[in-house]
Amino acid sequence: MSDITVREKNKKISQAKRVTLIINGEQRNLEIGHLPHQVETTHTLLHTLRETLGLTGTKLTCDNGACGSCTVLMDGKAILSCMTLTVECGGKDITTIEGLKDRDTGALDPLQQSFIDHTAFQCGFCTPGIIMSAKALLNENSTPTEVQVKEALSGNFCRCISHYQVVRAVMAVSEGGA
Amino acid sequence: MNEPYRYIGKATQRNDAVGIVTGTVQYLNDVKFKNLLYAKVLRSPHPHALIKNIDKSKAENLKGVKAILTWENVPDWKGGTPGVTRILGRRLRFVGDVVALIAATSEEIAKEASSLIDVEYEILPAVFDEEEAVKPGAPQLYDEFPGNIVTPGFPIFGPKCLTAIAMGDMDKGFAEAEVIVEGTCGYANIPNPIPPEPPGAVALWEEPSRVTIWVSNQAPHVDRMTLSEIFGHEVEIFTHGHPVGGSFGTKIITWQVQAFATLLSRATGRPVKIIYTKEEHIAAFVLRPSSKMHARVGMKKDGTVTAVSGKWLVGTGHYSMTSQAQLAVGLGEVQIMTRCANWDLQTDIICTNRNASGSVRGFGGQELKCAFIPILSRAMAQLNLDPFEFIKKNYIKPGEGYFWRDGNWYIYRGIDYSEAMDKGAERFGWKEKWRGWLQPSAQKGSLRSGVGVGVHGNADIGEDTSEAYVRLSTEGTVTLITSLTEHGTGQRSNYVKMIGEVLQLPLERIFISASDSVIAPFDFGPVGSRGTYAIGSAAISAAEDAKRQLFQLAAPILGANVEDLETVDGLIFAKGKPEQCIPWIATGHDRTIMGYGRFDPDYTLANCMTTFVEVEVDTETGKVTLQNVVNATDVGQIIDPPGLEGQLNGCLGSSGIDSAIFEETIIDPTTGHILNANLIDYKWRTFSELPEIDNVVLETPISSHRFRAIGVGEVATSPGPSAILMAVSNAIGTWLHEYPVTPERVLAALNKVKSQEHAGGAL
Ligand code: FES
Ligand code: FES
Repeated sequence: MSDITVREKNKKISQAKRVTLIINGEQRNLEIGHLPHQVETTHTLLHTLRETLGLTGTKLTCDNGACGSCTVLMDGKAILSCMTLTVECGGKDITTIEGLKDRDTGALDPLQQSFIDHTAFQCGFCTPGIIMSAKALLNENSTPTEVQVKEALSGNFCRCISHYQVVRAVMAVSEGGA
Repeated sequence: MNEPYRYIGKATQRNDAVGIVTGTVQYLNDVKFKNLLYAKVLRSPHPHALIKNIDKSKAENLKGVKAILTWENVPDWKGGTPGVTRILGRRLRFVGDVVALIAATSEEIAKEASSLIDVEYEILPAVFDEEEAVKPGAPQLYDEFPGNIVTPGFPIFGPKCLTAIAMGDMDKGFAEAEVIVEGTCGYANIPNPIPPEPPGAVALWEEPSRVTIWVSNQAPHVDRMTLSEIFGHEVEIFTHGHPVGGSFGTKIITWQVQAFATLLSRATGRPVKIIYTKEEHIAAFVLRPSSKMHARVGMKKDGTVTAVSGKWLVGTGHYSMTSQAQLAVGLGEVQIMTRCANWDLQTDIICTNRNASGSVRGFGGQELKCAFIPILSRAMAQLNLDPFEFIKKNYIKPGEGYFWRDGNWYIYRGIDYSEAMDKGAERFGWKEKWRGWLQPSAQKGSLRSGVGVGVHGNADIGEDTSEAYVRLSTEGTVTLITSLTEHGTGQRSNYVKMIGEVLQLPLERIFISASDSVIAPFDFGPVGSRGTYAIGSAAISAAEDAKRQLFQLAAPILGANVEDLETVDGLIFAKGKPEQCIPWIATGHDRTIMGYGRFDPDYTLANCMTTFVEVEVDTETGKVTLQNVVNATDVGQIIDPPGLEGQLNGCLGSSGIDSAIFEETIIDPTTGHILNANLIDYKWRTFSELPEIDNVVLETPISSHRFRAIGVGEVATSPGPSAILMAVSNAIGTWLHEYPVTPERVLAALNKVKSQEHAGGAL
């Protein structure tokens, strides 16, 4: 084996040992491995966010793709972080509930403010996931109808039944108005 | 609104609102602990078995495993009512019963270790059906419960705890009846409230005998009390409460989860966290009790109930913690909705080899009425009585009485709810839609619409005790010291409003303590809709006490009488002389004013919720669609309008109305496994299937506390299920007597498919 091939190979290994992604606007260069601060290849993005990075705003409910509690944005679209492996997120831009505030001013996103104004939560455990699903919808369609809002949130489990107040909160920030 | 309040009755921002929408509220699983170990439970694959042998050597050798506990190396801690269920036993009584506890440096290692434990079981015969369980020769779960009948009575409710309703003269009652019906109905589908946040605990044991437990329960003092009975009074127990990610009554008692963490911490000397998976949550935490009732009812043409006799069977699964309490409360609640002079209603609580039933909102009354109202309906139908008129006539009126949970007779001193019922009926259009029993309200092709009505109310709004401290800092801020956690109703914010009203202080200047059982005074917690009246009373009287102390200090300075003083925005003045005012701090910067408030139980008030539903049934497919719900109630005084709306909308989920339409726990009758223990197979309502909900809320002042309000949140789920059964029966023109009204059952009732009886009864 020539020196160059060995170097190439080593480079590949060292590249493979990291996964780089952007989380809430910050580039994170995560090592892959078995140590507590590292990302295992089996770790879901949910696990990495909560356990490795301490971003506990994203909630774990079913860990099974069924409830939407763990919803985050990947390149602006809603994904279930419990069904996504961190090592597959290289180069992606992830936004969690913690990253929804205006990054310069720290002001709440209008959607967050609307949830407050409409008391669109009870226990609040499902709320981060619901807000992220709604945000993804609004990214795509700033003037959704009520039916479209309900459709976009139909994967989000809420047991307290905050649904009615949630729909009002989302419609209030829809540019088309309620 | 009854009075021009500054905060009460107005929508104000919840004090945890920003935290909730930014993801910074710290639920239990979000809290960081140093040096933490993670726990897993190895669970029984058999519904009934004896552990013959456990080989944990392979698991113990796994790197990162710190402790493995089995029945052989734990203290003889027992829970249940009575306390016969060992925390880790040799005898396993349901699929999911605990075989071993593992603590390891990561969840993955703990999980791997659990798969390396070899267990040899002696399989025992199991029983899943309550009626089978009481037959001679049935498998027995406990030596202490012959015939699988659990010891009646809930000790905390006292020696006369209600276990039956027996009064009047049955012969006379039935002789007076103009119609007598007899039948059986069940609400036996054991739905699961499934809050999104799973049960969990973190415990740190310190030698020789102190444990600190971080909990996600409704009331840390209840945890402390419960655990103290189990661990022994020599163990010092501190509990710290966290916001609860949904409870619906289930997170009142989580002793097993807390004891698992405690035992593992005791074995390792490190903090140990246990968080159930959703599968464990559904298969090994809390189900609604199963309910079956056989009853004979006598009724007169005018809707007077002359006699009720029968038996109510409550299925509690593999053990009971609170079923006796639910049974007692249910028996009280059935009297509140049914005026009747002659009762002979007996009960049994039965254990079987399934996951346990436990505390769930609706607490006994929902279970009993879902079985009882369909039987009453048959009598009403024979007499051609409108069920709405029946409910209105028979719901308790001021001056009437009932036996409550402690076995004592109480006279109701609350309001007449007829007006709220009438307003609800009007909003729903009951008169136009009600076409008589088994008559659809509308039909179009294969679609039939039907309407139904149900009612529920309880005298638990004033149950148990609450205490609170209100501390004034003389610079003009206030702290409420309470053990309450926020469990979703927004009540912690409501107490801030109540205190703000008493002290006339901006809400931003009122803080609320973290929740614990270390410093905060006793509180039974927000159960049974007691938050507004019982807990509110404690907070109000603590604030009033603090104000009195403040005025005693201010009176000499102002040269006025204590009774003449007022305070607004941190200033004190004599009534009518606001220009001669002093700030609180004039009473001294170096002092703490601590007000104390206490509420003692009062069972003479009850709330009331009437729910009207309209369904559409497709007679081709059997699908039932809920179209429209009207909840009607009177709360005396609204504290927080959006918070109240949320509670009332909650009527659908957490094993409420939807437990009559599609929610159920399905147990394989041959293996005892729960077949739908995940959020894909356990059905829940999505955003795209929302019916219209309209809430009619009256505000007739009620003699509770100074704001004349009572709570209704807990009961919102309860009237709906029986109303659904009624509505679907009316829509399809034939009686249904099982929950939920799945397409299969609807089609069977229409004789379109062969029925498969499994969870109900027959009339
Ligand atoms: S936790 Fe990811 S979908 Fe439920
Ligand atoms: S607000 Fe509690 S589950 Fe949605």
